Amino acid sequence: MSDPMEQFKAIFFEECAELLISLEEGLMQLQAGDSDVETLHSVFRAVHSIKGGAGTFGFAQLVSFAHIQETLLDDMRAGALEMEPAYLDVLLKAFDVLTELVGAAQQGIVLDENYGAEVARAMTDILKHTGVPLSGEEDHAAAQADSGLGEVAAKEHLFQILFKPFPDMFQRANEPLLLIRELACLGRLETILDQTALPDLEDMKAEQAYFIWRFRLVTSANVADIEEIFEFVEGDCDLDITDLGPYLSPDAFVADDAAGLFEPEDTLVASSQKTTRPKDTKVRARSEEVVSKSIRVELDKVDRLVNMVGELVITQAMLQEQGGQILVEQYPNLVQGIDEMSRHVRELQDSVMAIRAQPVKSVFSRMPRLVRELTGALDKKARLVMSGEETEVDKTVTERIGDPLMHMIRNSVDHGLESPEERRAAGKDEEGVIHLSAFHRGGRIFIEIADDGAGINQDVVLRKAIERGLVHSDAILNDDEINNLIFMPGFSTAEAVTNVSGRGVGMDVVRKNIQGLGGRISIDSTPGKGSKFSMSLPLTLAVMDGMVVEIGREKYVLPLANIIQSLRPEPDEISALPDGRNLMMFRGDYISLVPLYDIFKVQDAQRDPCNGLVVVVEGEGGVLMGFIVDDLVNQQQVVIKSLEENYELVEGVSGATILGNGLVSLIVDIAAVQSLSSGPYELSETSPRPSESKTEVRYQ
Amino acid sequence: MTTEVLQTETETRSDTDGMTRQYISFTIGAETYAVKITMVREIKGWIPTTSLPNAPDYMRGVINLRGVIVPVFDMRTRFGRGRTEPGKTHVVIIVTLEERTIGILVDAVSDILTIAAEDILAVPDQDANPEYAFMEGLVSVNEKMIAIVKPRMLFDMNKIPDMDLAGNASDENTGDMARAAVA
Repeated sequence: MSDPMEQFKAIFFEECAELLISLEEGLMQLQAGDSDVETLHSVFRAVHSIKGGAGTFGFAQLVSFAHIQETLLDDMRAGALEMEPAYLDVLLKAFDVLTELVGAAQQGIVLDENYGAEVARAMTDILKHTGVPLSGEEDHAAAQADSGLGEVAAKEHLFQILFKPFPDMFQRANEPLLLIRELACLGRLETILDQTALPDLEDMKAEQAYFIWRFRLVTSANVADIEEIFEFVEGDCDLDITDLGPYLSPDAFVADDAAGLFEPEDTLVASSQKTTRPKDTKVRARSEEVVSKSIRVELDKVDRLVNMVGELVITQAMLQEQGGQILVEQYPNLVQGIDEMSRHVRELQDSVMAIRAQPVKSVFSRMPRLVRELTGALDKKARLVMSGEETEVDKTVTERIGDPLMHMIRNSVDHGLESPEERRAAGKDEEGVIHLSAFHRGGRIFIEIADDGAGINQDVVLRKAIERGLVHSDAILNDDEINNLIFMPGFSTAEAVTNVSGRGVGMDVVRKNIQGLGGRISIDSTPGKGSKFSMSLPLTLAVMDGMVVEIGREKYVLPLANIIQSLRPEPDEISALPDGRNLMMFRGDYISLVPLYDIFKVQDAQRDPCNGLVVVVEGEGGVLMGFIVDDLVNQQQVVIKSLEENYELVEGVSGATILGNGLVSLIVDIAAVQSLSSGPYELSETSPRPSESKTEVRYQ
Repeated sequence: MTTEVLQTETETRSDTDGMTRQYISFTIGAETYAVKITMVREIKGWIPTTSLPNAPDYMRGVINLRGVIVPVFDMRTRFGRGRTEPGKTHVVIIVTLEERTIGILVDAVSDILTIAAEDILAVPDQDANPEYAFMEGLVSVNEKMIAIVKPRMLFDMNKIPDMDLAGNASDENTGDMARAAVA
């Protein structure tokens, strides 16, 4: 980013993203009815900030739209306009338009001139309707100041304002010029620029604020009006507003130049009174606190840190392995030191991972809008209720659950919820409710999507599955098995292809992506009552618990989460099929034994399960399989490394890790092995690469 | 066992003289090849690799290069001259190909050559023999021919032409090609 403007723009858009989230949150609160004046204020502030920044960068369309929105909100918060549900609808629509406009500005797309015109008109209508003139507050204030000057001169006060930006104020996309302009609109302004803090040119950092401004302002506005101008730099500057009392003579304003500007002056001041209200100092103190408690760090830097800690974990594993061979009696301190270090490394790792953790809110926040759009498009009524948005999970996970989540929400609205008429007929509230929740349990994150719709129609599902040849027509399936059919590739219950779904990307892709994240998904559905999709996901993708196993001369890592049990079978528990495959009796069922040594072409491996070991793992769809291995080595946390970074995807392998001895070990992709082992073991060169379809599929 | 190549130094030197480039030459049996020095990140002694399932036979497996998984290719196998049985003296040249890092297993690194651009001769019949695509040119040093290779063409997994040199080892053309490097 060589262009500083680009950098500021990037910061602006980052802020926009945050502001839009808080804006939507505020609107949701308003919608839910649990709002106070502060909510309206924060909603207004968000729009105002976006407008301000957009103005700086010259996004005219964005500014003009935000301006109307801001005016409307301003009247609402000022109490000039009573909030009504109909207005809220308009505000929500306006929010969508604003989001779109910000997105367009960010990507440099030029939207149609009339984009959002309808919503803008709806807002101006509200304003007209209530007789509030649609004028910019600047104009508004300026008009007031202009017209007021002659007649109400006696009501004018002289204010002395000290504005001292903190050095990093610019980094939050604040622009003093805009503030000063706005200040000038309030009345007659005298500006003194204090440059004393300006360092020598070579010491100067362009992005830091060095100037201090002192203003004298003659205005009929009050302290609150002035404070409002500085509202957005609160916490980013020292601000001191002093009311020097009624402004007496126009001459005094000129004369006092000689007297030195900011000495208290008896001639001018009837009763000098500091009016910085205690409430504001409190607000300022609070925002300063927030600033000091978090910093914004480039993701690259965090990634580097995570990588380094990953290396440290490997080194630590190596030391521990070597340490195990040291005689404790001989070097007690060394052994103790290694133990202690291991604990610290583990803690360090947890702390570093926590840096990347972010609330799922960033993903959840996209969903209300989706539901609004869908209900509009499908003529349904739905309300999205979210909980656990603060639940934290690694950034990579939040980045990748967005699409599957959107797809499932879409499904819930489209297939899950009935039309308002059907709902009424079923004795339900016309408005369907979709619950989206997240919570931690047992070192994993659970995300659930529950709707109170019709539930999965098992007859239809079964019929479709049979029609499509996914199940045999006389198969007997239990409820769970039928529900799980919707995860089969090529399955779709949509009777008609709509704009919303039924474009061929189905729940199979959702499940695949969730499994790609090391997660699982399950359904719980009750006819007439609704369905619940539960996802269980790992907190991070960078590290996992693995079981290191030995196969011939190679060591492989099996994901611990998939391992059910390892055992050495008795010969009478093994039976062979005519095609040479072996089955093993396990907990009353036959499970197939997968010869990993064949799939991975490992030499000198133990081929007889009765001499080696069988690790029973759970594959896709809860299918149990037995992997034949020579031996178990140990269970350890492994740092997942990419093979594709420098090579290419290897079938049956999800990645690699580095063991304590510094050697590379491959991590077995259980789902891939499962599909490999169901085909012929002899792999052809031309066999399709499963990853490609995985990454390229886009949700429609 | 690791020799870091001081890239900055060599680059400055070649910068001062725009017409010359530096190459690192290496041997496979009696043959000598060379690769552009700016591509070489470092030279490592042989360490055992972890083999990957179902990889081509010239793909020896992966190693851990300070936490990064790097594939190692056997240059000898790639040229259809059998498999290298690595010992203490064998080295892996770590080469950067655009965004990827790979290792090339060779017998030994022999020299750093400074070659003027005009001394690099075209590979004969390049169009007729797609196998020659991995050669950038030929150069004569002390009356010995050295083939300058383009590792990207050899090992870029997505781009390499599927050349079955091993199967054609008896074929005169290919055999000569490899021997041409010595002659």
